[in-house]
Amino acid sequence: MIRPQDLLCPKPEGLYCPPGNFYIDPVRPVDRAVITHGHADHARAGHGAVLATPETLAIMGERYGVDFAQATEAAPYGHTVARDAVEVTLVPAGHVLGSAQAVVRWKGLTMVVSGDYKRRRDPTCPAFEPVPCDVFISEATFGLPVFRHPPDGEEIARLLKSVAQFPERSHIIGAYALGKAQRIIRLLREAGWDRTIYVHGALERLNALYGRHGIDLGPLAQATTARKADFAGAIIVAPPSAMQDRWSRRFPEPIAAFASGWMQIRARARQKGVELPLVVSDHADWDELIATVSELRPGELWITHGREEALARWATLNGIPARALALIGYEDDGDD
Amino acid sequence: MRAFAELLDRLSLTSSRNAKLTMVRDYLRDTPDPDRGWALAALTGELSFDAVKPAFIRKAVEARMDPQLFAWSYDYVGDLAEAVSLVWPGQPGANREPDLSEVIEGLKSATRAEAQGRIEAWLDALPQARERWALLKLVTGALRVGLSARLAKQAAADLGETPVAEVEELWHALEAPYADLFAWLEGRAEKPSSENPARFRPVMLAQAIDEAVDFAKLDPADYAAEWKWDGIRVQAANEGGVRRLYTRTGDDISRTFPDILDALDDQGVIDGELLVIREGKVAPFADLQQRLNRKAVDAKLMAAYPAAIRAYDLLQDGDDDTRALPLTARRQRLEAFVARQASPRIDLSPMQPFASWAELAALRADPPAGDPQIAEGLMLKRWDAAYVAGRPKGPWFKWKRDPFLVDAVLMYAQRGHGKRSSYYSDYTFGVWTEDAAGQRTLTPVGKAYFGFTDQELLQIDKFVRDNTLERFGPVRSVRAEPHAGLVFEVAFEGLQRSTRHKSGVAMRFPRIHRIRWDKPPGEADEIAVLEQLLAQMEAR
Repeated sequence: MIRPQDLLCPKPEGLYCPPGNFYIDPVRPVDRAVITHGHADHARAGHGAVLATPETLAIMGERYGVDFAQATEAAPYGHTVARDAVEVTLVPAGHVLGSAQAVVRWKGLTMVVSGDYKRRRDPTCPAFEPVPCDVFISEATFGLPVFRHPPDGEEIARLLKSVAQFPERSHIIGAYALGKAQRIIRLLREAGWDRTIYVHGALERLNALYGRHGIDLGPLAQATTARKADFAGAIIVAPPSAMQDRWSRRFPEPIAAFASGWMQIRARARQKGVELPLVVSDHADWDELIATVSELRPGELWITHGREEALARWATLNGIPARALALIGYEDDGDD
Repeated sequence: MRAFAELLDRLSLTSSRNAKLTMVRDYLRDTPDPDRGWALAALTGELSFDAVKPAFIRKAVEARMDPQLFAWSYDYVGDLAEAVSLVWPGQPGANREPDLSEVIEGLKSATRAEAQGRIEAWLDALPQARERWALLKLVTGALRVGLSARLAKQAAADLGETPVAEVEELWHALEAPYADLFAWLEGRAEKPSSENPARFRPVMLAQAIDEAVDFAKLDPADYAAEWKWDGIRVQAANEGGVRRLYTRTGDDISRTFPDILDALDDQGVIDGELLVIREGKVAPFADLQQRLNRKAVDAKLMAAYPAAIRAYDLLQDGDDDTRALPLTARRQRLEAFVARQASPRIDLSPMQPFASWAELAALRADPPAGDPQIAEGLMLKRWDAAYVAGRPKGPWFKWKRDPFLVDAVLMYAQRGHGKRSSYYSDYTFGVWTEDAAGQRTLTPVGKAYFGFTDQELLQIDKFVRDNTLERFGPVRSVRAEPHAGLVFEVAFEGLQRSTRHKSGVAMRFPRIHRIRWDKPPGEADEIAVLEQLLAQMEAR
């Protein structure tokens, strides 16, 4: 009798696969790693061998330098790779460019590690692909019924309305450097904003990388090149930490916007001094989490990180055995 | 509902007054009648439903979802209306989305049970959490979005490029949803009539005097002087059998002060200072605070904190509008009017005779015994000036007493809001205390966030960043030791005892007067200085 915990089990380094001898998104350096996506809390430098999508490997190379691991192997979406006795397939997770779920098969048992994921459309990466499985291992960053992300078009429309309402001021959008920033820029382009978008220097390399992967971000410029008055009516995208930094003083009466799922909670917005919260997230919201679990109806639901207790309770009430893995090291409170 | 919800949402997170004004004005311009009128009523506090209690909302949501999941949600969010608006299970297409007028008209005529049913149906029908939040704020009677009624009226006035005083004077003659007001502001109709009894008259305000410039140009013979009382400015009206009490912004506070309105027997409108007066003597401002912001008052409270008006102007005397008369004539009428009321609840603000500015300056520095000692300073009013709404330059000046000063040490700095969010601009400062063992420590005595120039803000901000000890979210604790730290000369208007402050004292209007880069913190003031001052004030 094969038990799921024989195939994948939590360890201090991360989720470990004994028959394949590899870790998934380990938080410490290990010999063999499978990386679901390029965010820093999932993709760390210093592993022996890394298996990931070509896009994720490119992102890691950009962030950590080309020698971030001793060996790398690119697994495009849908290609099955053997790791000892285990088959590993990476399929789209819809989180950021290159993000993948790790589908792990062994002796007829299928387990899916979602990594971080969302279900709604994202113009910068392919959509999440549901894979039938015995055990679904889900994140639960926004695993509370209060997190229900509105359609992103509504949020972009509110931003553009504010830009029109205050033409003499600038709008700074705090957005996580990998994924969120590029998605916001693409959404703005889709909404018809064709003017130059100013970006903080910390976003430039990843913007260029997205460009090389065929994601057209339109005219961008470093936010250092213009005079203060030139930023009137401008949209500026910056990492969240820069918004309250002295860096932001170069802009005329900036209105602080912040694109994050956490912005659903008014106290959070207020605490960060955000005047225009944009609820745009790269994670599944509560409705997407429960829709995904309902759709897959796995034999068991395991939850890696986030607000595990609420999702576990919902699953149990709906007849799906659930278990919180309490993995540590993933930022459930980060910038989203 | 959507536009109104977005407006409330933006207002609640915006700190700039001008930005709020723009938001409300744009909303009123772009929203059709009657929705915009109901919105204006809600923003000015003219609508109050307490159609539902929080307990009902909680029960309604728990009937729709697992109570444990709701409990976790509420616990995380911290605000019931917000938590419910977020978790409410959507039923798109369940009902037509209500607009604002439908909600308000639907609640006005409803019994409590009907109101509850309607609110649940609206929550089902509203697609956005933001709209459900706005609905719940509206029906529980608490918008609390940081917008004063006056600012909302200002936004309406801006729509017609009309002085806000005109809107204020009309205000109490109007009824929501104000179709006639908007028609006039947009130039589509005549100005609505303001002839309703005991309406609010927009008040006349004073300029701060610039001692260095103004006195050289002013003739003391042209001006009356009186003490500037430390209460709140009010207007009491008795007309056509209606008695009303208003704040200076036109908020109706009649229900809170029935004792005063009882004393106003004659027909007329008085401008004066609301104070607590016991046996002819003004009580500290803290006593007045016991009476303010209460919906209901009882005989016990009225006896313990006897409110009164110290009158200084008369805007209506029987059937005569006196506002166009010079102060000399208004003052004569006022003195006769107050004498006729013959009540300790309405007395006269006495004139302070003087011959020269130098003599007046001496009186201001050392006020005569009695109430003038706790006055905020002096008011100067031109004898020949009419009563004009707004803040005209010249006829009225306020000449505030010099503030109290204390040298205090910067202890904590907090990030500002809006434009100031990249600066540490809110400062908590303390003075030295000594325990039984002779150990000196700093105890916080106040918080200030203005009084410095933009240039000084940059310097303080840099100091805070360079001398941070610890961070607590938006707050940093700053080095504050006898030989390292930053001393502020803090100016303030008065002191009160406070149980909420560890130091036991609370300052009124503290602000940074000077930055003492030169002074070592060890030489800043001790708590004894403040305690002495407090004792002096109380011994008066």
